[in-house]
Amino acid sequence: MRAMVESAAIEDQDFRLEARAWLAAHFPPALANVPGLLFQGSRAAADANPDYQLWRAAMTGKGWGVPNWASRYGGAGLTMAQGKIIGEELTAIGGFNPIRSYGTMMLGPTLLEYGNEAQKLEHLPFIASHERRWCQGFSEPGAGSDLASLTTRCTDMGDHWLVSGQKIWTSGADEADWCFALVRTDTSRKHGGISFLLIDMASEGIEARPIVLISGSTHFCEVFFNDVKVPKGNLVGEVNQGWTIAKRLLQFERNSLSEVKADITPLAPLAHDYVGTDALGRIDSPDLRARMVRNAMRHEAYLATVRRIAQEAKNGGPSNGVSTLKNLWSGIIQERSELLVEMMGANGLGWAGEPYSDAEREATHAWLHSKAFSIYGGSYEVQNNITAKHTLGLPG
Amino acid sequence: MAVLNEEQQMLKDMAADWARERMPVTALRALYDHGGGGRAEALGYDPDAWAEMAQMGWTGIVAPLEHGGSDFGCMGLGLVLEQLGRTLAASPLLSSALIAVSALRLGGNAAQQARWLPGLADGSVIGTLAVEEGPHHAPERTALVATPAGDGWTLNGIKRPVQDGMIAHLAIVVARVEGGGGDRDGLRLFLVPTDAPGLTREPLDQIDARRPATFTLTNVAVGADALLGGADLLDQLLDRAAIGMAAEMLGIADQAFDTTLDYLKTRVQFGAIIGSFQALQHRAADLFGELQLARSAVEAALVAIDNDDPALPRLASLAKAIVGETVHVISQQMVQLHGGIGMTHEHDAGLYLKRACVAAQCYGSTAWHRERWARLNRY
Repeated sequence: MRAMVESAAIEDQDFRLEARAWLAAHFPPALANVPGLLFQGSRAAADANPDYQLWRAAMTGKGWGVPNWASRYGGAGLTMAQGKIIGEELTAIGGFNPIRSYGTMMLGPTLLEYGNEAQKLEHLPFIASHERRWCQGFSEPGAGSDLASLTTRCTDMGDHWLVSGQKIWTSGADEADWCFALVRTDTSRKHGGISFLLIDMASEGIEARPIVLISGSTHFCEVFFNDVKVPKGNLVGEVNQGWTIAKRLLQFERNSLSEVKADITPLAPLAHDYVGTDALGRIDSPDLRARMVRNAMRHEAYLATVRRIAQEAKNGGPSNGVSTLKNLWSGIIQERSELLVEMMGANGLGWAGEPYSDAEREATHAWLHSKAFSIYGGSYEVQNNITAKHTLGLPG
Repeated sequence: MAVLNEEQQMLKDMAADWARERMPVTALRALYDHGGGGRAEALGYDPDAWAEMAQMGWTGIVAPLEHGGSDFGCMGLGLVLEQLGRTLAASPLLSSALIAVSALRLGGNAAQQARWLPGLADGSVIGTLAVEEGPHHAPERTALVATPAGDGWTLNGIKRPVQDGMIAHLAIVVARVEGGGGDRDGLRLFLVPTDAPGLTREPLDQIDARRPATFTLTNVAVGADALLGGADLLDQLLDRAAIGMAAEMLGIADQAFDTTLDYLKTRVQFGAIIGSFQALQHRAADLFGELQLARSAVEAALVAIDNDDPALPRLASLAKAIVGETVHVISQQMVQLHGGIGMTHEHDAGLYLKRACVAAQCYGSTAWHRERWARLNRY
């Protein structure tokens, strides 16, 4: 047993060196720490960047964007440990996964568990090659946090499904090729009347309209389905099994939302510039400094928590802390972005143009965008309900 | 919970069982007088229980093998301290088995180790650190002075509060050989037997029924072999003290939360179990989140000691400050959520509140450690 563990450790170390060398040779240094090209940025902007094109081609060619998927699905067939090593080595050089998307993080893992082989072969390779981008058709105007109240109707027409209704808060729907949607196949039941359907966004009868948010960002959309025809083979799992599949998918989503963010650049140097320093070289505002320190310490403890829980989960421990992690993360990051703007003072209030620097405008928009963290992916309140009932066993 | 090896898991389970059966909260109650102060004749610990701890090897967990210890590591001792924290078990384990043993391990020469470690490891000698001189943790402002005298030194000054001071046989006394308040270069540590002529001690009646002491040192003479090290050694000891105390505080917070959660699941008001009210569910969920941060910070710090991690000072302050805030919030909420009964001496909530408050002050308060973390991180 011990010998096996040790030889695995040696193999992992070899793989780490191999991964490090390959990434050094292929990751364009110009992309280091460029958050704008991450998955929620504009597709057009990313596609137009030649460095990004090169990087994406290298990674999709290697299968390392989805390292744990089998090669017939476009992955590299690596172990979980090796996939983690790639992530760590990427983080170490300020890199990112160029195909990180709803497809890789949420639909892919879900299809691997619930899809039939035809569906896997039909979709996974295109997610892995980043040729087919996905959006998530879950929330509706009357069914956000109370998702099971959704009403988008899906009728069995014999040779196809007919879908009618409206989705909202659909990230990237205007740029997505496909949508994985929850639809109602039985109106007599709530949770038990929902099915999980894959819908081609090019289908007739679909309209996606971007919603402008307080941050100016437009990646959320309203999506209208007007008598959209969907092939029968696009149903994942059984009819009315959609809630079970969705719950699994939402676990993948929460996991991805609470992933360790490598970037904990200390805010102190910026504060020294914006606020000044006292005779001892400290941030020259005791109140702001105290709040920044408290937030930074919580951030450090949070990262330690993610590492601890990941390690426990790997060793078969309980992993029901995802709702807790999501709420801790959103709270800490929201407060951090508020502190950054506060530190910038009036320069943190600009929307566009001079005299605001790029970094200042980015901080302002990021602060406004951060308000979404405690709402999307299940609101703060919904996550606390889950923790209270499922983790703490408090009565319904 | 960190991923423990088999021996660590066994130690933890054993400590949990022992604390529950041998030192439940009722054992702490026996140290209180009827009205809530410490009993005058009590010493803030139970000698028989201490002997059992020694017999189980806990006093020697971080002591080297050649001096009768098991060299099992600070993570192991941290697990025990956490379990003792759960039942508010009063003992000098932190002062003696972690701090005093570490002092000799890290700063003692061969003769000093041979003289003191076997007794500390087998529990026959109780050691402690005498560092504080005022109401706030401020080691660099130490005023107790050590003057060269012949081959040795003469110590003069006051230490207060000294944890476990009334029962310690050996005190590691922080003194100043040069410089004024705030000058850390002039600090030295001395090994001082508590029966040394010129050392008198008075008990302090503290809210948690422990009996820390005031030490008055008047021309206490020690030999050259009493000198242990300077400010760097003191920092290393204080890091370990803070982390050990944080481990105990984690146990306090964990049990305070569990007890409160049980109450939320059973107490009926307005015809409903109060734990079904969303306001209280969300408070419990938030507290649970705070506990996660606290556990991670404490475990990371314990691992850092055993790995000789250069980030240890930062992680020590992180642990003490994060768990300090957590145990403060949870012990307050323990009283609040129990309502009127939580305000009574009869109920355990007040005992958790009191011990949590004392522990948070020991070896640097939450504010002190935030400030230190800020300094280390250039905020």
